[in-house]
Amino acid sequence: MSAPVREPSRADSPPAITGASVRPGDRNFRFLTTWSGILVLVILATIAAFLVWKSIPSLTTDSVNPLTYQAWAPDADPPAWGMSVLIFGTLWTSVIAMVIAVPIGIGAALFIAFYAPPRLATGLGFFVDLLAAVPSIIFGLWGLYNFMPQVVPFSEWLATYLGWIPIFSNEKELYTKSIMIAGMVLAIMILPTVSAISREVFLQVPKGHIEAALALGATRWEMVRMAVFPFSRPGMISAAMLGLGRALGETIAVALILSAVFEINWQITEPGGNSVAPNIALKWGEAGANGRSALIATGLILFFITLIVNMTARWMVNRRKDFSGAN
Amino acid sequence: MKKSKVAVAAAALATGTLVLTACSSSSSSESTAGNASAPAAASSAAAAPAGDINCQSGSISASGSSAQANAVTEWVNAYQTACPDATIDYQAVGSGAGVEAFTSGQTSFAGTDAAVGAADIAAASAQCENGGQGINIPMVGGAIAVAYNLDGVDGLVLTPDVLAGIFDSTITKWNDAKIADLNPGVTLPDATIAQFHRSDSSGTTANFTGYLDAASNGAWTYGVGKDWTAPGGQGAKGSDQVIASIESTPNSIGYDELSYVQNATNAKAAQIDNGGGPVEATSDNAANTIAGAQIVGSGNNLELSLDYATKTPGDYPIVLVTYEFTCEAGLPADKNPALTQAFLSYAASDAGQSSLTGAGYVPITGDLLTKVRAAVDALPTS
Repeated sequence: MSAPVREPSRADSPPAITGASVRPGDRNFRFLTTWSGILVLVILATIAAFLVWKSIPSLTTDSVNPLTYQAWAPDADPPAWGMSVLIFGTLWTSVIAMVIAVPIGIGAALFIAFYAPPRLATGLGFFVDLLAAVPSIIFGLWGLYNFMPQVVPFSEWLATYLGWIPIFSNEKELYTKSIMIAGMVLAIMILPTVSAISREVFLQVPKGHIEAALALGATRWEMVRMAVFPFSRPGMISAAMLGLGRALGETIAVALILSAVFEINWQITEPGGNSVAPNIALKWGEAGANGRSALIATGLILFFITLIVNMTARWMVNRRKDFSGAN
Repeated sequence: MKKSKVAVAAAALATGTLVLTACSSSSSSESTAGNASAPAAASSAAAAPAGDINCQSGSISASGSSAQANAVTEWVNAYQTACPDATIDYQAVGSGAGVEAFTSGQTSFAGTDAAVGAADIAAASAQCENGGQGINIPMVGGAIAVAYNLDGVDGLVLTPDVLAGIFDSTITKWNDAKIADLNPGVTLPDATIAQFHRSDSSGTTANFTGYLDAASNGAWTYGVGKDWTAPGGQGAKGSDQVIASIESTPNSIGYDELSYVQNATNAKAAQIDNGGGPVEATSDNAANTIAGAQIVGSGNNLELSLDYATKTPGDYPIVLVTYEFTCEAGLPADKNPALTQAFLSYAASDAGQSSLTGAGYVPITGDLLTKVRAAVDALPTS
């Protein structure tokens, strides 16, 4: 998060020929960019401070371990609530979404950047971007009323023929409102993020690299593997992580689709699962003082999870920097 | 170049967080609008004789329970039609948030699904001046129906302990002997019961679990609360989606407000047998139970204790009452006590209460209504 602040110092220093006097335009612009960067940090710090401050009351009065307990009764006496189910469900739905969305998103971006005829590529890119503009409530309602009934037969098929794989087994014989359906809708929601950023990154690959690979007799696929992927890997990771960030924090679509039960459940075809942000949306209106504090505490954990995801992404990007062929 | 990409990513993420926050708050107001969107029948209420209406001018705002939002909307439309100088704004933000808004002095009254308990009244009455205290006034009754979607089955009868078994997932098949015994002559399918409950916190869940807890002789072990805690089943958000889920899922069952079940084409309300014979879920049968509720508050604080375990024939036991919470004395002048009193007085009038049935609610009747009117008449007018 400190990158935008350091950025100005990394830039080439203004031409020294002009002497000591810095032009007002330069000074003002530098001032604006520096403060824009600092503002991002201040906003993040304020959010973190707010979350910590508001969540302390419920964390100190919880009668059970807030990290492991599997039920939600913060306004009971004594308060008993835990977020293990929420954290598990958030990660599990996001993992499913990533497994589906990252290959498809990168595939679509590759097609648009290297395979599609130029006119089709422009149109297709436009439509992928358009998908990102659909509000999440629409995805939620569509997922609940239209998509879910169509996925149920597929879930039944999975449970019947692949039920020997533990995550597909289904003892309840019910297939609606499952983690898999929520994950699939999330995948559709993050697809444009993954695809649009990957596409932009692919378009940055130096023409020289691509043409050199083709000139050496590489097929298209070999060119993509040898010239495009090494150069684009950090960007693709960034794209995936931004998608993951959206999946982790998605609220209303998941709130509509998931069954919101307080049990940890690996079986993705059964009704069940819960998630941090949807739980806040569902419980906030009727929550008492301690309930609100507990909900904010779950928000704090989500904040940390997102932070860890981003730091991991940054670390991966930096680790691969030397091999990327960029710069 | 890469550094700046990360910076862009970080900035995009921060904005993303903000946008998501905005999304969640806008979605709650969206659902509010959804809850309040039904008052198409308001014109009939508006046609009620204006003689009941004491017109005051100015504006008040109130907020709270979404369960009573449609009722309040009807009253607001009728009152504002009769008194063009008055503006009443009711936000269906939920009971907890409504009481909090009243406590912090933002509203003239709060709508709440559960009465503010005697121990909490002093704290919740912070804005009442000159030592005034808040009181709970029961204003809107409701009934919770157990809706089921079973092809070819009519008039299903259920008892509280069987309901407890279905809703804690110990009874999982429709042709379970416990259900079959209650319904001789009815062919029940050999199918898994798809059970639906509310995934959001709700007064409906609190009253339904309250009923199971009080009437099932210990068969229900998951306590009483706004949040569903029993294992199994499927959660759905809001009354509208509970009934939509039941209607679209064969062999399903769930609890929902009576009006939603009555309007459903593909779901029926079960008859409930507390021990005095099966009782149909109707507004009249529910009104009987509410009229028989015991007042546990003192003076004009009409906090009620509902007799969920009633065995009186013709009393439908799964009912709820929502209250208006306001200052018995000392409502600050900027909260427009005159309009507050006049509006609540219209709500308690014959016209106000009779408009409830059409909106899917249950009116307050009998002695209780007399006491409600006495409490409203005693509210400060200046």
